[in-house]
Amino acid sequence: MDDRPLTISVTLKLYASLGIHLPDHAARNEAGVAVPDGTTIWDLLDRYNVPRGSCHLVLLNGIFQPVHSRGGVRLKDGDAVAVWPPVAGG
Amino acid sequence: MGWTRKILRVNLTTGTIKTEPLNMDWAMKYLGQRGLASKYLIEEIDPKVDPLSADNKLIFATGPLTGTAASTGGRYSVITKGPLTNAIACSNSGGYWGAELKFAGWDMVIVEGKASKPVYMTIFDDVCEIHDAEPIWGTSVWKTDAWLKKQHQDPMIHVTGIGVAGENKVLYSAIVNDLHRAAGRSGVGAVMGSKNLKAIAVRGTKGVKVKDGGRFLKATATAKQVLQQNAVTGAGLPTYGTQVLMNVINEAGAMPTRNHRQVQFEGAHDISAEAMATPRKSDGKPNLLTNQACFGCTIACGRISKIDENHFTIKNKPEYWHASGGLEYEAAWALGSNTGVNDLDALTYVNFICNEQGLDPISFGATVSAAMELYDLGLITKEQTGGIELKFGSAEALVKCVELTGKAEGFGRELGLGSLRLCTKYGRPDLSMSVKGQEFPAYDGRSIQGIGLAYATSNRGACHLRGYTIASEILGIPEKTDPLETAGKPGLVKAFQDATAAVDSAGICVFTTFAWTLNDIAPQVDAACEGSWTPESMLELGERIWNMERVFNNRAGLSSKDDNLPPRLLTEAAQTGPAKGKVNGLAQMLPEYYQLRGWTADGVPTNETLSRLSV
Repeated sequence: MDDRPLTISVTLKLYASLGIHLPDHAARNEAGVAVPDGTTIWDLLDRYNVPRGSCHLVLLNGIFQPVHSRGGVRLKDGDAVAVWPPVAGG
Repeated sequence: MGWTRKILRVNLTTGTIKTEPLNMDWAMKYLGQRGLASKYLIEEIDPKVDPLSADNKLIFATGPLTGTAASTGGRYSVITKGPLTNAIACSNSGGYWGAELKFAGWDMVIVEGKASKPVYMTIFDDVCEIHDAEPIWGTSVWKTDAWLKKQHQDPMIHVTGIGVAGENKVLYSAIVNDLHRAAGRSGVGAVMGSKNLKAIAVRGTKGVKVKDGGRFLKATATAKQVLQQNAVTGAGLPTYGTQVLMNVINEAGAMPTRNHRQVQFEGAHDISAEAMATPRKSDGKPNLLTNQACFGCTIACGRISKIDENHFTIKNKPEYWHASGGLEYEAAWALGSNTGVNDLDALTYVNFICNEQGLDPISFGATVSAAMELYDLGLITKEQTGGIELKFGSAEALVKCVELTGKAEGFGRELGLGSLRLCTKYGRPDLSMSVKGQEFPAYDGRSIQGIGLAYATSNRGACHLRGYTIASEILGIPEKTDPLETAGKPGLVKAFQDATAAVDSAGICVFTTFAWTLNDIAPQVDAACEGSWTPESMLELGERIWNMERVFNNRAGLSSKDDNLPPRLLTEAAQTGPAKGKVNGLAQMLPEYYQLRGWTADGVPTNETLSRLSV
């Protein structure tokens, strides 16, 4: 884990089988977390040991992020990242 | 084979029961279940028939894979002209009843006329009889099920039938089999009730023959492996059920809330799959007990739930202390987000009552939410509701409503009309979130553009199961498309609609298509049935069925003006989430959709299209 100062506050939301990776202070499948400036989605998920291969549906503020964006998009203060393994319903 | 090649035709007016051979020319063109039974219906009734008259017919139809070793091969459909929509109605159910009908040796049962007094039917292999239903008329689906098994001294009987909602012709009443599996939509239960037919009890001891047994077993085994190895059908659905969508759709800003006033619900997590699996604060036990499979299903998405015995809904009501069918996503949305209620056990209780009395929880919840908006606007008051304080978010009001609606008591009589008739009565038809009179399912068409088009063009009124573009637009199955874009959606909707019509005609569950394509399904059908069934021919089959249904609806008096959405979705922008500021772009999509379908600009299939598809 890098040692840069944790200057950005984001909300991490992990659902279904990924919920086990949430930090202890999480409630209702989400947790406010602090991360360094410049953190990408993959950086955030790696920090909480969320297996990348299980991250099927990744929404940044509700908008789907394809795999190729997850290492490039830098998170901003107040962002919400929500992640699901492969799920469906109807 | 696959088909039993036998039909049971029952005329309740005359009390006659006839056996006739399946029309194999039609079977080759329409396969089974939805497609084939729709063909029979369309050939046999006047499209303008009053759906609740004796002249309407009610068909219970299996598909060629029903009752076979194909995964999910337990489906049947109920096909009729629907009283909620005045359009063709086709409602699909799982459980065990469909397979049992096949084991008894029948592809379908066509019910005609109207009995002079309440009756039920038994089909025990080749023997079909009509019986006096006086002892069970006025009782619930659950009591009827138990009574029939006891009366006929066979616990292996499977029962489909109506509760008091169907008897009272609630316009969105369901036909429920195996206690909590339902042909839920479009009011098929009201048609059954209008015929004074309470239930059909079936016991079958025959197998289902297939054309090439060796090839069929290989094809079904291969296809089952596909389901098992797919993360959605192999793990996601059995573990979390459809309810896992609650947080997904809310996060995507597509959660219709308080009669579609909002697109996100602050209480979504409280009524989600994750919440169902979490021990309650009140008694330390989770709402969800286990999952459950329908006949032959290797997915097992069904939910079995138990309510806290001290919850206000069932305190001192031990008859509801047992486990029963739990919330699916659509029910949880309609009863919960759309009414603003976040009490999970209250929603579970209301869902129990919907099963017990035979109500479609989607249309019921959406109708209550429309009534809540009328109440909020002062257009109805406690005078109309009989004292119910019908506020958004009130679990108590929701519970009172469900206890009245099936019984058609008090304000329940008005709720039983559905949202369009209710809102029209009080001068605001625009507040009915429906298409062709049938209420929306659980996705907002402003935030997911394609599903808006799918609702508008669905042949049975607003429905997610006629073209589930959510799979692509939200879940990325088979590939991700942008839910906020209208471009490409007409083609997407058409592709989903056609493929689904084929799946619905085979006897299997549409949920298989989260893993299967027609490339997986066609080999199973081809090994089971005479003829040549390829992915291409099945897609054409689906398109043929879609056009046939459309022709019926047009002859019934529907037209392109009915391919529409409520003004709220077209003019009131979403207020939050990714779709903030957006409305549904139906006007951009509909002309292209008609063009792709080979229809005129007025939504009428051209002769060329009908000829190409041999409709």
